[in-house]
Amino acid sequence: MNLKPETVQRIDEVITHYPVKRSAALPLLHLVQEDQGFISSAAVEWIAQKLELQPINIYELVTFYPMFRQQPIGRRHIKVCRTLSCALLGSHRVCAEFQQQFGCRPGETSADGEVTLEFVECLASCGSGPVVAIDEELYEHVDVARAGGLAAQLKQHTAARPPA
Amino acid sequence: MPHPAERRLIFRHIDEPGYTPDLACYLRHGGYEVLKKSVARKPAELVDEVKKSGLRGRGGAGFPCGVKWTLVDRKSGKPVYLIVNADESEPGTFKDRYIIHQDPHQLIEGIMITCWANQVKQAYIYIRGEFPRGARILEQAIAEARAQRFVGPDVLGTGYGCEIFVHRGAGAYICGEETGLIESLEGKRPYPRIKPPYFPAVLGLYQCPTIVNNVETLCNVRHIAEIGGEAFARMGTPNNTGTRLLCVSGHVQRPGYYELECGKVTMGQLLHDICGGPRPGRTFKAVIPGGSSAKILRFGERFKVRQRDGSTVEWGVEDIPMDFDSLAACGSMGGSGGVIVMDDSVDMVAALANINAFYAHESCGQCTPCREGSLWMKKISARMVHGEARAQDGDLLKSVADQIAGRTICPFGEACAWPTQSFVLKFGDEFKGYAEARKNRPADAVALV
Ligand SMILES: Cc1cc2nc3c(=O)[nH]c(=O)nc-3n(C[C@H](O)[C@H](O)[C@H](O)COP(=O)(O)O)c2cc1C
Ligand code: SF4
Ligand code: FES
Repeated sequence: MNLKPETVQRIDEVITHYPVKRSAALPLLHLVQEDQGFISSAAVEWIAQKLELQPINIYELVTFYPMFRQQPIGRRHIKVCRTLSCALLGSHRVCAEFQQQFGCRPGETSADGEVTLEFVECLASCGSGPVVAIDEELYEHVDVARAGGLAAQLKQHTAARPPA
Repeated sequence: MPHPAERRLIFRHIDEPGYTPDLACYLRHGGYEVLKKSVARKPAELVDEVKKSGLRGRGGAGFPCGVKWTLVDRKSGKPVYLIVNADESEPGTFKDRYIIHQDPHQLIEGIMITCWANQVKQAYIYIRGEFPRGARILEQAIAEARAQRFVGPDVLGTGYGCEIFVHRGAGAYICGEETGLIESLEGKRPYPRIKPPYFPAVLGLYQCPTIVNNVETLCNVRHIAEIGGEAFARMGTPNNTGTRLLCVSGHVQRPGYYELECGKVTMGQLLHDICGGPRPGRTFKAVIPGGSSAKILRFGERFKVRQRDGSTVEWGVEDIPMDFDSLAACGSMGGSGGVIVMDDSVDMVAALANINAFYAHESCGQCTPCREGSLWMKKISARMVHGEARAQDGDLLKSVADQIAGRTICPFGEACAWPTQSFVLKFGDEFKGYAEARKNRPADAVALV
């Protein structure tokens, strides 16, 4: 586990928030996932040890909570809201547009590894649906045309990035 | 601009140009003055104000807040915790997000008054994982408030100490249920606990007495402490006091949030006058009044309701006052304040299939009826939409739902059964004739599953 020094620092700090170490499991999973991109089995063991738990105590969280993942995802993470209020205003078409633009279905990553698409449950912004979250940014009133525009922007970012 | 019918208390500054979430802005608007006055009062007095206010919880169940506070077990000698429920995960609900992102100090002031009133020394804000910015804004706001001693080891020089920490969830709806939330905060899977014995007020976080309140509820506490319980109770209607943040989504011209005095506005006034009515060329067909778990109301149905004075009135959907008791009297609930509107373009079987998919995804899986039943309801309704509907499917769906409700550890069982029970009851004709009707569906119909 090669965590950034500031991640380790934040981990040590957050553990002090709770009278019982185990409570820090979710915060640690978030911090490690932000640092590493996903939760590897090494990460599960590292967190378990840090909190004086068994690996299964961490593994059962990774497999339950939808936001934790065991594989890396694309550079950008698109989440289209699937739930009723957004669906009534056309979120299925919005999701289909992203799917077509990036050639990957919900739950998959585009072939170039750039974009992961997800069709997620209510994002608590139902009054301005359909809503789409791209990484931390929330986009409201996204119709098919706007989804196309967002996809084009993402593709531009990819093209503009110098090769690694 | 707020609608003229609104009474903005909690959302006074939401979307106000120039209003920012930092402490300086809050202080310019009189921030933390109520906390200063409150810590000079006896805690019991504040609890009394909240009792007198009649405030009912805004998270979904509408339980009287002051009563909840007095149920806290003080004999055990264990520390008392406050958990702020900022999970905001009931579909159709989008109010706490604005408080968290735009006016975090209002919430923190409400939390600190609540903590003082209940002599709580540690509060946790459990915020849904999908609000990463909200979590950072709250952390920043707490740090600012701490620097000015509104929070921390010595609140405003009184010697009373109280810390607040932010705890992020990770995308599971069941963490909104208070005992599931507590398990999650303890670092476990959010499997709800059975009541009795696990009433949070007695055996909550770390088996200590715990108060769980919604974000909006705690903001109300701040205003009650400011104006007094009696003045607060004069807003709204008897037993349904104060204002309510109503979240309107779906098929209306002006969806969005509206803060209205409880019970002072009817469903018809809300949807027609305030939200601008249906889309052009459309009429209202149905509305779910209190988050996706609430039983659906069909436009055209009539309700005979006994009033508090013993008389009986007859209402249509448009006539129902928007408050806890009236919606309950009509067989549904005020719930979380999420009003989801559907017009005559909507295929009710598909709408139910969408809701069922949500519950099947979110069941925690502890109870067999809920785990299996929610999945069966999803599969049956999806099969109908995908071209294999049978005339008995409505009855089948209803029988599955009937076998979930009342047989589970937590109220999610009812939450997932109520949509199916009410859709089939009220739109049974659509379920029966679905196979035929589906063939004539317009080609441009909006897909819901
Ligand atoms: C399945 C389920 C989900 C819930 N989700 C939320 C939620 O997201 N936010 C919330 O405040 N309350 C939610 N509740 C209600 C809480 O269990 C609890 O009643 C509430 O937080 C108490 O606060 P209040 O009295 O201030 O309303 C949910 C309840 C159930 C059964
Ligand atoms: S009713 Fe459903 S969500 Fe609640 S504890 Fe049982 S399985 Fe879990
Ligand atoms: S239904 Fe899409 S944000 Fe709530």
